[in-house]
Amino acid sequence: MATDRPAPAIAFDRITKRFGAVVANRGVSFEIGAGTIHGIIGENGAGKSTLMSILYGFYQADTGEIRLDGRPARIANTADAIRLGIGMVHQHFVLVETFTVLENLALGREGGLMLQPGIARARAAARAIEAAYGLAVDLDARVEDLPVGSRQRVEILKALYRGAEILILDEPTGVLTPDEAQQLFQILRRLKSEGKTVLLITHKLKEIMAVTDRVTVMRAGAVVGDVATADTDETDLAERMVGRKLAALPDRVPVMPTTPILSARALRIVDAGGVERVKSVDLDLRPGEIVGIAGVSGNGQSELMAALAGLAPLAGGTLTWDGAPVPALGRARALRRLGLGHIPEDRHKSGMVGPFEAWETSVLGYHRDAGHAHGAWLRPGFIRALTARRMVEYDVRPRDARLRTSAFSGGNQQKLICAREMARGPKVLLVGQPTRGVDVGAIEQIHARLRALKHEGTAILLVSVELDEILALADRILVMVDGRFTGELDRSEASERALGLLMAGVHGAAA
Amino acid sequence: MSLIDILSVLAATIRLATPLILATLGGLFSERAGVIALGLEGMMLAASFAAASIATITGSPWLGLAAGMGVSMTISLIHGFASVTQRGDQVVSGMALNILVAGLCPTLGLAWFHLGGQTPALEHGQRFMPIVLPLADSLADVPLLGPVWNILIGGHNLIVYLAILLLPLSAWLLYRTAFGLRVRAVGENPHAVDAAGLSVAGLRYGALAVSGMLVGLAGADLSIAEGAGFGRDMTAGRGYVALAALIFGKWRPAPAFAACLLFAFCDALQVRLQGVALPIMGVVPVQMVEALPYLLTVFLLAGFVGSARAPHAIGVPFVKTR
Repeated sequence: MATDRPAPAIAFDRITKRFGAVVANRGVSFEIGAGTIHGIIGENGAGKSTLMSILYGFYQADTGEIRLDGRPARIANTADAIRLGIGMVHQHFVLVETFTVLENLALGREGGLMLQPGIARARAAARAIEAAYGLAVDLDARVEDLPVGSRQRVEILKALYRGAEILILDEPTGVLTPDEAQQLFQILRRLKSEGKTVLLITHKLKEIMAVTDRVTVMRAGAVVGDVATADTDETDLAERMVGRKLAALPDRVPVMPTTPILSARALRIVDAGGVERVKSVDLDLRPGEIVGIAGVSGNGQSELMAALAGLAPLAGGTLTWDGAPVPALGRARALRRLGLGHIPEDRHKSGMVGPFEAWETSVLGYHRDAGHAHGAWLRPGFIRALTARRMVEYDVRPRDARLRTSAFSGGNQQKLICAREMARGPKVLLVGQPTRGVDVGAIEQIHARLRALKHEGTAILLVSVELDEILALADRILVMVDGRFTGELDRSEASERALGLLMAGVHGAAA
Repeated sequence: MSLIDILSVLAATIRLATPLILATLGGLFSERAGVIALGLEGMMLAASFAAASIATITGSPWLGLAAGMGVSMTISLIHGFASVTQRGDQVVSGMALNILVAGLCPTLGLAWFHLGGQTPALEHGQRFMPIVLPLADSLADVPLLGPVWNILIGGHNLIVYLAILLLPLSAWLLYRTAFGLRVRAVGENPHAVDAAGLSVAGLRYGALAVSGMLVGLAGADLSIAEGAGFGRDMTAGRGYVALAALIFGKWRPAPAFAACLLFAFCDALQVRLQGVALPIMGVVPVQMVEALPYLLTVFLLAGFVGSARAPHAIGVPFVKTR
């Protein structure tokens, strides 16, 4: 039966946006129905963020039109977007951390000279919104004291308080535990049932399948798919996203029990502020095994990685390599000489130097290796040639050893760092968040490299907040909560749910 | 030390604290909005020169005061242009303005007044004189209350009372009004301000304008109220001391005020101690005593600030990102 459909809540009509030579959006057209949850997926750089920025008034489209409820909308800035009922929950929260929840709500909507009436109005409105959508937040708490999941609810509350009818969520689950993510999805469904329109930007296919009504796939700035979620599946979406068939996962090779190469016993780490971050942890890394550490970030994983790499002092415990203790003085260099590779969690902070050229970044920490230097002088020619070869081998694009490191995309920076740490055939490899901010194609390549190293007999420690990644790679999985291992699962008995419960601190849940 | 001695040291503390308090409040608005207030010294010096010059030429302390505040505000906004609009380095901008003003004022002074870079000494009517409070005469002979009323509470110039009044007023503006909330927000997380549909640049310029006016009062106090004319380098680092007080007070009005009083008390004591024989040490060289407030500043900042948390976005130019 044909009925007149109501005008879509949002219609993108041939949106094009260029940044210099780069076309970020190329004639993007699709519609989002009112009162639906609409997913937008795509790799990094596919243009989904640019499109949302145009919708939220950060950028102006070069050509094309946005219609809201059928009417052409001119969104020149954020204030326009807010007035038109568009709310945005950013990936990195934009809250004033030293303010209370209410002060954050009132900011920009004080409604007069004095602050107090604005705060009182915010309190009343927030109570009503809480009741309507099941968004429980302590309104008088300072944002900096709230856990991440609550901060996100504050962002949603803020958007609704500012009158949002359309809510954009940009990668909302990246910082959440699986349990918190489920709570978020509950809220989104509640919003939908109250008639709000939700736009979910993500690269996690599972979430798209779980919660959306319709999904738009973007690649290289253009729409390459726009389908009802019920008519698609994860594989189909992934292939549309990448634009080619994905390789099937290789079978897992069982691990032969061997003697550990790097062992930690009763390891304790205290940070600069005197807080005990790692509380008496035992860990064995064996050749040919990938050990995964799962956990919400900030539970001591970073500190543990740093200590194992010799970069952080130990407050207690011992570290042995092949049964022999590692000297405390100059530990980092000693470990490197013994054959330890380290792909740090935060590549921008500790994996590379942005303004350095690629060949310089690709020898960081290894400049004393044979052939790299004549005494105090580096041999740029040799290193550039070496880097050029590695760029081919590890598929780093563009293949220009003289390009500034920061000019590469996230995935290619990461591949450059992987090449540096993997090419020497390390005996132990510490890997932190290897695919954070990396596109799907590069994820595939990095994962394949890790598997290959494992087969060659490298002992690998993988720290990741992406459970999918841990489940895809690790042979043995440890869950870290509050500086302790709260559970150890063999890959065969691990599931996302079991890990999620352990990560949330529910002990014995996996038994 | 007699009661009168103690009271005069305390009264001197209040007078010496006045420019510090005003400059610190000015710095407070600037830094809470996320702009480093390194130009306080230059703003204050330029204000004292402008106030003295205009008061000399027109004979009106009020016009002098207005000129001082106007010039200080202009410099504050130039600092804003460099740091907010042009996204320059705020330390460089602040220092450049300080150096510029330090050279420009004596140069202009020399050209206009031919007195070696100073301005002519102001007559009584051309500056703000100490105010004699009512009942001063009748209370003069009352023990305790009389001296307290006349020396400690009374006998200060208009700007001193203004500073005392502006302290709670500034705290009120910063913590109880919508403008204050926005200023504090823009210093902590300008992205949140931007996402709320407010203008980051507009708020920072607004805060810098307020800052300029307050620092202008501080400069005018030095040259046309407390002093009677402009002298080369007459601020003598008070802008930096005010910045120290701000940091020592952890960017909060009341503790910063207390820090100003501490520095001023030290300064007042310094004047009192010159040439006085102390137990054990004997007579301390004048230079040593004069260095006391500055030594205290360094000592306190190095040792006692502890975990002062600066406004999070301070010194970072706002670049709109997605």
